[in-house]
Amino acid sequence: MSDETKTITLTVNGESVTKLVDARTHLVDFLRGELGLTGSHLGCEHGICGACSVRLDGDVVRGCLMLAIQADGASIETVEGLTASGEVADLQENFVERDALQCGFCTPGMLITAAELLREAAPKTREEIREFLSGNYCRCTGYHAIVDAVETTLTQRLEKSS
Amino acid sequence: MSDSGASSVFEGPNSHIGRSLSRASARRTVAGRGRYTDDITLPRTVHAAFVRSPYAHARILKIDTADAEAMPGVVLVMTGAELAERSTGPWIGTLSCFEGMKSAPQYAMAVDRACWQGEPVVMVVAERRALAEDACEQIVIDWEVISPTAEAETALDAGTPVLHPDLGDNLAFTKTIDRGTVDDAFASADIVLEESFSFGRHTAVSLEPRALLADYDPGTERLTIHTSNQVPHMIQAVFARTLGVPEHNVRVIAPDVGGSFGLKIHTFGDEVAATAASIELGRPVKFIADRLESFVSDIHAREHQISARIAVSKAGDIQALEIDDLAGVGAYSAYPRTSVFEANQVLNITAGPYKFENYRAKTTVVYLNKVPTSQYRSVGHPIGISVGEHMVDRAAETLGMDPVEFRRRNVMPDDAYPGVAPSGVPVNDLSHEACLEKLIGLMDYEGLLREQAALRKQGVYRGIGIAGFIKGTAPGPQGYYGSGGAPIASQDACTVKLEPSGGVICTVGVTDQGQGVDTVMGQIAATALGIPLDQIRVIEGDTDAVPYGGGTYASRATAIGGEAVYQASCDLRREILTMAGILLQSDAETLDIVGGNVVTAGSGEIRVPLSEIGRIGHFQLGELPNDYQPTLSATRRFRLTELPYIFTNGIHGAYVEVDTDTGFLRLLKHWVVEDCGRLINPNLADEQVRGGCVQGLGGALYEHCLYDENAQLLNGSMADYLTPMAAEMPDIEVAHVETPTSESELGAKGAGESGTGAAPGVVMCAVNNALRPFGAAVTAQPMTPEVVLRTLGKI
Repeated sequence: MSDETKTITLTVNGESVTKLVDARTHLVDFLRGELGLTGSHLGCEHGICGACSVRLDGDVVRGCLMLAIQADGASIETVEGLTASGEVADLQENFVERDALQCGFCTPGMLITAAELLREAAPKTREEIREFLSGNYCRCTGYHAIVDAVETTLTQRLEKSS
Repeated sequence: MSDSGASSVFEGPNSHIGRSLSRASARRTVAGRGRYTDDITLPRTVHAAFVRSPYAHARILKIDTADAEAMPGVVLVMTGAELAERSTGPWIGTLSCFEGMKSAPQYAMAVDRACWQGEPVVMVVAERRALAEDACEQIVIDWEVISPTAEAETALDAGTPVLHPDLGDNLAFTKTIDRGTVDDAFASADIVLEESFSFGRHTAVSLEPRALLADYDPGTERLTIHTSNQVPHMIQAVFARTLGVPEHNVRVIAPDVGGSFGLKIHTFGDEVAATAASIELGRPVKFIADRLESFVSDIHAREHQISARIAVSKAGDIQALEIDDLAGVGAYSAYPRTSVFEANQVLNITAGPYKFENYRAKTTVVYLNKVPTSQYRSVGHPIGISVGEHMVDRAAETLGMDPVEFRRRNVMPDDAYPGVAPSGVPVNDLSHEACLEKLIGLMDYEGLLREQAALRKQGVYRGIGIAGFIKGTAPGPQGYYGSGGAPIASQDACTVKLEPSGGVICTVGVTDQGQGVDTVMGQIAATALGIPLDQIRVIEGDTDAVPYGGGTYASRATAIGGEAVYQASCDLRREILTMAGILLQSDAETLDIVGGNVVTAGSGEIRVPLSEIGRIGHFQLGELPNDYQPTLSATRRFRLTELPYIFTNGIHGAYVEVDTDTGFLRLLKHWVVEDCGRLINPNLADEQVRGGCVQGLGGALYEHCLYDENAQLLNGSMADYLTPMAAEMPDIEVAHVETPTSESELGAKGAGESGTGAAPGVVMCAVNNALRPFGAAVTAQPMTPEVVLRTLGKI
């Protein structure tokens, strides 16, 4: 148990946020509970499943393995932010078209991880895509359709940029 | 029934049947706008956490909750005994359809004795979950540890502790199917082959854990339960009866469900306790299982050991098969669906594709001090299919026959229906021959054989597996839950209504967990009604809003719920045409509905849009004769009448590589040919198959709830319990043969589970095909590297 609290200021999806939080509050619980950003999910709370993946200063992190106070001063992006900015609009469209999500619980984390791969803007084999996504657990799809959607998006982006 | 009129509706130019439409709800969840149970917080919500038994078997001598009650934010501490006082009594997980079955009374939380590690014992409710967990740590329980029963093999031995002395022994259920003249067939057989198998216990690991938000309103005495669940009406009935609230006062809402796979069709004591807390406190109580408690409280599945023998003639005909199954279930039989359906299905479906008559199958189901097991995706099928297909391969190998040729010779012919499987279960409208031939082409079997032979010369061991199956889907009322005494409907229903705008509301008892049930139901309704899909809203997952139904399990949503939608929509269409006929002073028979308009049949001339029918039907009834009162709605129910299940069939192919030095397996490719009857949405069906396959592959290769001799779970975290991730899984090619079921006009069969059923067996066949040069065969799942190396005699 802990009575310690701390006031933190951070940027979440482009907006500055200042809140008093329990020192023991995890980043993902803070995002979900304090800010109502319920797109990030809790699947295991021990860093395996990837459902809580968010971006911290541009890097993908596990929201369940970080405390909110560790994000003091940082810039966080969640699936809501990526959606609003349109950064992954093509990826999301391909996920829907290809039915690369069923229950959708893993999807926000999967999109954030896939967005990191797409930002590399380099050709990838299906095996490389699978390897890249292998820190995100999906129980529904069997991954094939997810790999298809990511592969399609990557191909479309590479074609557009060439 | 082969109704040519119905068929033309499905195949016509305006049909939405057979089209791979994307799911509207996917657009929401892909943007992070899903609404799962934990995303809903009502005013004054408090949070439940549980103290669980650290022992597999222990008597509760004393519980001291004083310190916990004094902790910050704590609003309620409730022991198992206190919960029992607020309940109508324990439940007993038996069904009368399982003759001789027995189980002990089970309370929602342990009262005086805990029977598995993880059984809930005390509930703490506090302002926040963290505070509830803090208080749980302050609860002191004096335990007296009792010897646990941990091994199925010795559970019935004289010296083994009996879990529930009132039952007399640890036997839950035993059953034998004995058809034909098995002993004679073995005595006179050319060749008899024997084998032993073991199948590890595993669990569902839905990414969203079990979740519940109960909200009791003392003013109206209404209980609203939001819960991540597949079967809202069953939850309504069970919770109402257990907690003494009238069923009609209980509303169950299943919001977005983050994976379920059969896990979320059972009764869990912690969820009942949290609901009791809401009644006690008169405020909302939320319980979200964390992952560690999920491993010791979610149902487990599939702990079986089987010995099998097969008799075959020199010519290559199966003459007899006998299996003897031992299943270790948990401390209690799960309520209300029992823990013995799995074993029962193993008996029903083993060697199901083949035409032989001498079949004996016995199961012995025993209680263990472990987490209760129960139905989980593709109940029993992974076991029965693995056993049956392995024995078929052994027979083919012994005879020097190609496994494909052996199957060609032995499968039930496509013109043999209606018929019975070897177990005697009725089967109809199957297509083993067509599926086998399609698979051979799809996987380029001959090409794989050549590649395999070439690589073997280089010391690379690749294996090709083939595994056919039958799969029980869409159960009917015969000998099933409802007739066995459980409050579970085998029928399902749909109400479809024309709104004043011309839009259509379609409410269904079946539920969606991301499969696309809502999309599929919309496609069926749109087709039957003749309206565009975007004019239909499908509503599911709310007992206040939908007609009574069984919900989604056993691959029944499309086959049962879909037919109800079809029939209700046909009724509504008839009523719309009747009303249009009155308005237009035309014979209704000369009218049709196309594209959301009433048109002249044949010519397609638009006569009146549905929005006008809706407007007049609701607001301008004076334009209609006084003796005509249109309801503009229809409700229909559907249940099977002829068969206990709609059995489906299909066949898998697998190509694997075995590293004989490390025991590691590489899954190179997986193929499936599936016959789920009429395809409503091919893409969604394919994704059910693919996802199902990978869930099966998890059980076949990695997933195993490992217990020690004290019945302690050793690997209850996602770091230790391995699930399939993207890197290890193969691409899966899916094709279909469509043989509509004769049970319905729609003709759809279940599609959601067969991938899980056959994938383990086909990979086992492929691995053993690869290991053939070593004279070794793997017969234990999961097929870990250790199992492979032991099989090869390398460790």
